[in-house]
Amino acid sequence: MLGNSPRLSSFLEHYGIVVIVVVMMALLYATRPDVFMSLANLTNIIKQNATLALLALGMFVVIVTAGIDLSVGSVMALGMMCLAVAAKAGVPWPIVVLIGPLVGITAGLVNGLGLTVLKLPHPFIMTLGTLNIARGLSSLITEGAPVSGLGREVRYLGQANYDFGIFPPPTGLPASLFVVIISAVGMWFFLNRTSMGRHIFAIGGNTHAARVSGINVDRVLVYVYAISGFFAGLGGLLLAGRTDSGFPLAGQNAELDAIAAVIIGGASFFGGRGTVLGVMAGVLIMGLMRNGLNLNNVSPFWQQILIGLVIIAAVYIDVLRRHAAVRR
Amino acid sequence: MTDGSEPAAAPLLEARGVKKYFGAITALNGVSFHIAPGEALGVVGDNGAGKSTLMKVLSGLYTPSEGELYFAGSPVKFHSPRDARKMGIEMVYQDFALAGNMPIYENIYLGREPGRKFAGLTIIDRDLARRMAAEHLDKLKIHVKSIDQNVEELSGGQRQAVAIARATAFDAKVVIMDEPTAALAIKEVGKVLDLIKSLKAHGVAVIVISHRMDDIFYCCDRVMALYQGANFADAPLKDTNRNEVIGWIMGTKGHTQSFAHDRVQH
Repeated sequence: MLGNSPRLSSFLEHYGIVVIVVVMMALLYATRPDVFMSLANLTNIIKQNATLALLALGMFVVIVTAGIDLSVGSVMALGMMCLAVAAKAGVPWPIVVLIGPLVGITAGLVNGLGLTVLKLPHPFIMTLGTLNIARGLSSLITEGAPVSGLGREVRYLGQANYDFGIFPPPTGLPASLFVVIISAVGMWFFLNRTSMGRHIFAIGGNTHAARVSGINVDRVLVYVYAISGFFAGLGGLLLAGRTDSGFPLAGQNAELDAIAAVIIGGASFFGGRGTVLGVMAGVLIMGLMRNGLNLNNVSPFWQQILIGLVIIAAVYIDVLRRHAAVRR
Repeated sequence: MTDGSEPAAAPLLEARGVKKYFGAITALNGVSFHIAPGEALGVVGDNGAGKSTLMKVLSGLYTPSEGELYFAGSPVKFHSPRDARKMGIEMVYQDFALAGNMPIYENIYLGREPGRKFAGLTIIDRDLARRMAAEHLDKLKIHVKSIDQNVEELSGGQRQAVAIARATAFDAKVVIMDEPTAALAIKEVGKVLDLIKSLKAHGVAVIVISHRMDDIFYCCDRVMALYQGANFADAPLKDTNRNEVIGWIMGTKGHTQSFAHDRVQH
């Protein structure tokens, strides 16, 4: 299906998704050459999608185990509100910046323990519960009121720009880009080079095999949901920095965007398959599509319809590819 | 007949009076069991006789409700397959229990990856793992296209070979095989049975659960029958025959040629 050359099909198998990103960028450049390639626009795309990238990285680890974490959007809002309130209360900034990730890890541990100790039948249920709980808590903290004015140090990761003396001032490489790059490289190393990373893939491939190989599946799952929570909290810190505020309704439906990015990036919903590179490409595809449609004045309603179609198309391509590749 | 076979050497793995209950169900009702190094034991019994439960007790997946296990003469308790594996007791599952999405060499070392420990994680030495896997497969005379192939691309016999390679990768003392030939194409059966013989020749105690008399009479030294969760019979293969063993499976003793299920009736 992908041509007769095995080398070409192997290349497309691994990097086809990157080709799609490049093609999209070329298309956007062709339609709006003046705006799309401007530094301001590119900087914007990166900043706007940094939190999605972090949520997607966390979601990816969960999906590799054939799980799902519906709570990430709410947990991000909860982390954001907690750190914003703490910043306003005068807590020193080195503690404030830790609050977001710590709230996330705590929520993730609750998810993981609910799944493994309470033995709830599917992570969908546990994380649907924590989705609601975290959202309720975010609003409860300030009775639904947003909090703004967080201080320079707290905002740093979400807002700082490095112009390196070559970019004109409002543009540059945002600090959030480096947070995403470090997170993605760290995640790649963790998943591919460490025993626990491989155990995560083994659990997604065949939980029974993992268990009889002596892997403590429950313990690994608790870590997996804690990792997802951590990235949600870190995403909350970035979003708080970018918007200089905490608002209880932040990240509504962000979990669905994260799931979409992971799936578009080629990870299998049934676990055990996917790459960090694919996830990052999935985030970029969503981001570029939204950006391109905005630049071309397409209504947000149509954007939503198109994203839905892309999700279906991406998974269908994957179905075709696996059908051709794997003997069953 | 029941005590017809004294072990050739001191038993390596022994179970005494093992009982296992699942709620109101008694799966094992006081089963005793022993196997010596280099011995191949066939375990037979009808569905529900307790073969699989006994093997899961021996491999640490289940803890016995009553009774004791002894390894090399000392009492042992297994809380998980990990404990049993530490003693060198390995199980090869009927469905192979391999992760199809991962390469052969990773399956062989799954849960025991070689590498450096760092901050609670093992950073896998992939070159070492691949080299060890290749050498181990060579030793077992198992040929695969590449150790980087994903297991889902392999045939049933190749998967069984990988499962056996995994079970023997770390100096296994006892290898338990649950229906090792049930999922294989006929032409692959012989290779797997020869593999079992070569494990035995290396001094490994091999337990083979099988419904196929051909398998048991080809590669085992002794056969043990369970019936309704209890010991029924136990004899060296040279002292028995297929029809007698089939009779044991059905819970009858003194089975003779005239009862054989495959006898042509006149």
